[in-house]
Amino acid sequence: MGRNTLGDLRPGQGAFIRSVRGEELFVRRLAELGVTPGTWVELRRKAPLGDPIQIRLRGYELSLRRADAKRIEVERRT
Amino acid sequence: MLKAALCGNPNCGKTTLYNRLTGQRQPVGNWAGVTVDKAEGVLRTAGGELLLLDLPGVYSLSAFSMEEEAARRILLEEEPAVLINIVDGTNLERNLYLSLQLLELRRPMVIAVNMMDEIQRQGGKLDCALLGKALGVPVLPVSARSGEGVEALCAAVFRLARQGKTPPAPVYDPAAGGALREIGRLIDGACRTLHYPALFYAARLLGGEKAAARELGLPAGTADKIEEISKRCAAPFGGNQAALLAGARYRLIDAAVDRALQRGSRRREWSERIDALLLHRLLALPIFLGMMGAVFSLTFGPVGRTLKGGLEALTAWTGDFALRRLAAAGAPGWIQSLLTDAVIGGVGGVLAFLPQILLLFLFLSLLEDSGYMARAAFMMDRLLRGLGLSGKSFIPMLMGFGCTTPAIMATRALDNERDRQLTILLLPFMSCGARLPIYALFSSVFFPGREGITVFSMYLLGMAVAVLCGLCLKKATLHQEDALFLMELPPYRIPTLNNTLLHMWEKGKGFLWKAGTVIFSMNVVLWLLQHLTPGLQPVQDPSESLFGAFGRLISPLLRPLGFGEWQPAVALLAGLIAKESVVSTLSMLYGAANMEALSAAIASHFTPLSALSFMTFCLLYMPCISAFVTLCRELGSIRKGILAAWFQTGVAYAVSFLVYSFGLLSSLNR
Repeated sequence: MGRNTLGDLRPGQGAFIRSVRGEELFVRRLAELGVTPGTWVELRRKAPLGDPIQIRLRGYELSLRRADAKRIEVERRT
Repeated sequence: MLKAALCGNPNCGKTTLYNRLTGQRQPVGNWAGVTVDKAEGVLRTAGGELLLLDLPGVYSLSAFSMEEEAARRILLEEEPAVLINIVDGTNLERNLYLSLQLLELRRPMVIAVNMMDEIQRQGGKLDCALLGKALGVPVLPVSARSGEGVEALCAAVFRLARQGKTPPAPVYDPAAGGALREIGRLIDGACRTLHYPALFYAARLLGGEKAAARELGLPAGTADKIEEISKRCAAPFGGNQAALLAGARYRLIDAAVDRALQRGSRRREWSERIDALLLHRLLALPIFLGMMGAVFSLTFGPVGRTLKGGLEALTAWTGDFALRRLAAAGAPGWIQSLLTDAVIGGVGGVLAFLPQILLLFLFLSLLEDSGYMARAAFMMDRLLRGLGLSGKSFIPMLMGFGCTTPAIMATRALDNERDRQLTILLLPFMSCGARLPIYALFSSVFFPGREGITVFSMYLLGMAVAVLCGLCLKKATLHQEDALFLMELPPYRIPTLNNTLLHMWEKGKGFLWKAGTVIFSMNVVLWLLQHLTPGLQPVQDPSESLFGAFGRLISPLLRPLGFGEWQPAVALLAGLIAKESVVSTLSMLYGAANMEALSAAIASHFTPLSALSFMTFCLLYMPCISAFVTLCRELGSIRKGILAAWFQTGVAYAVSFLVYSFGLLSSLNR
């Protein structure tokens, strides 16, 4: 068990969402797209230039920037 | 006529279903933001007719992007009798989020689950009846691609529209549900007078959307009370209002989906395998560049050139034929000249570019429909961020190489307004297809054997200027924060032949229409301006004509750029109507009957250096009138549009001046 951010995950690793910090618009948008506490996410890969990243949640693929991913706290359980 | 509204997420097959339902042909794309304008069509069922409104594809109805704003406005203002909510069966959870918001509107509604065939292929099974029971609305399976289930959907839609039966409101868990009821009581009166659904507004207010309070015109006291309730309810969720409601909605969805869906094990395997290659850490960029290179070399290289040559030969033959027949019929010289120079020569010269434009749109459409465009945006985000843009700007920019007008429209998919305006401002620097004839002509005259590299460097120059301007504007506006970048990467899909041809036909039609109307009449008007003196007397020598007089008036301005004669000045003005007409205008003004004569005339009036400077100016100066009108509309004010046009023309002047002066200093000017 460990507390991390989504931006710290390595490709192939998964975790549960704990919380999302940041401005209102960002938080609301992520919530609407399904990034809500308790959701399982998996880091799929980084873009060829290292940023943004591709994640998978709720059966679909979403991309976001690393700086934003660092504002999403996750909990890794093995 | 009763109205029905078709709503759904981006990439769920909405436009395909719309085409099925109405028998219309709207081009479809596999990335967010294909439906940029509201489309309407008639839905004919056995029972009668309905007016079907096709809403932009959105993930939610909170006003995050222009499209969401538009979708919400249509839903509230048009008051459709029935909502058709199409969801992607292979991505149920996220798609159903919008469904719950739609249910909060309290209108008759039906959910159409698309891509049922794909669920089965993945080895899964969806019980639509069970899902419908859990959500309280009829749920019907369809396959928009094959048309399966569409008839049953039509029947259900018509029945619902006639009965006007409203589905029950979604029942959220006690925390969210209680808060919604409390807020609902406070805004009930305001919603009643405005005919707005109270539950929908209560949900937006609970989610912390300040705009909702403004829309209802709530008194400050009530707004404060609502804020208090929301804060109190959100406290257990770390004060995150959005998470409170979104969490409740997703819990409801998860419960419903768990009951109705047996997940398949083969989930989008091949899409993942393609991504493993196309987004590979090392191979992705070379593949991407290779693809872009292939698109350009096929379009502007041998294939495109051969097709273009064929059309040119056809035009020349038609011109000769007409001339012989006219001469044989004893038509006066001016009619012969008007018909062959202005009509056949001018319009034909433009038509010759039809194959290349169709090819370019063929490739863009394939990239779009397959889902690769979103990957391109994903890869390019890092680079574009340097300019204060996001990867999403990449798609409109790429479309800009085809035609600036639809590309500007495509910026509506961008969810940040500042991002969007900057993209619109820089977009015209992406050299559109209509500017190609100018480079093709000048490079063949002055840089024979090196046409390809010359034309390519014009494209590169356009991009470089866009980058520089982007950097300067970013500095100048003291832009603080990067735009938000959240983008779905849709699964790859095989483009259908039908849709690809449809895309090409739509663009080709637009181009043909322009050639047949605007450019045709332009050429006739130009011909008249060129054969009449300021005193409206017929004249043979074009330099004494109205045009000559006007061109001479402005040409001194262009002298520092190396092309200070009146003909190029007039051609540039004509280019404002349509960039294609720069070439046809030059051809008329130099009295050239065919390509060879035009080449000779240009060789004697330009130097290699002034040709380069002229091409640069054509690349960068303000876009044609149709793009300009779109630009004004999308920037939201004519003042901003005019400012943008001045900016672009100013940049064109400065860069051309630099090119010309630098060339003079070096040895290029022989």
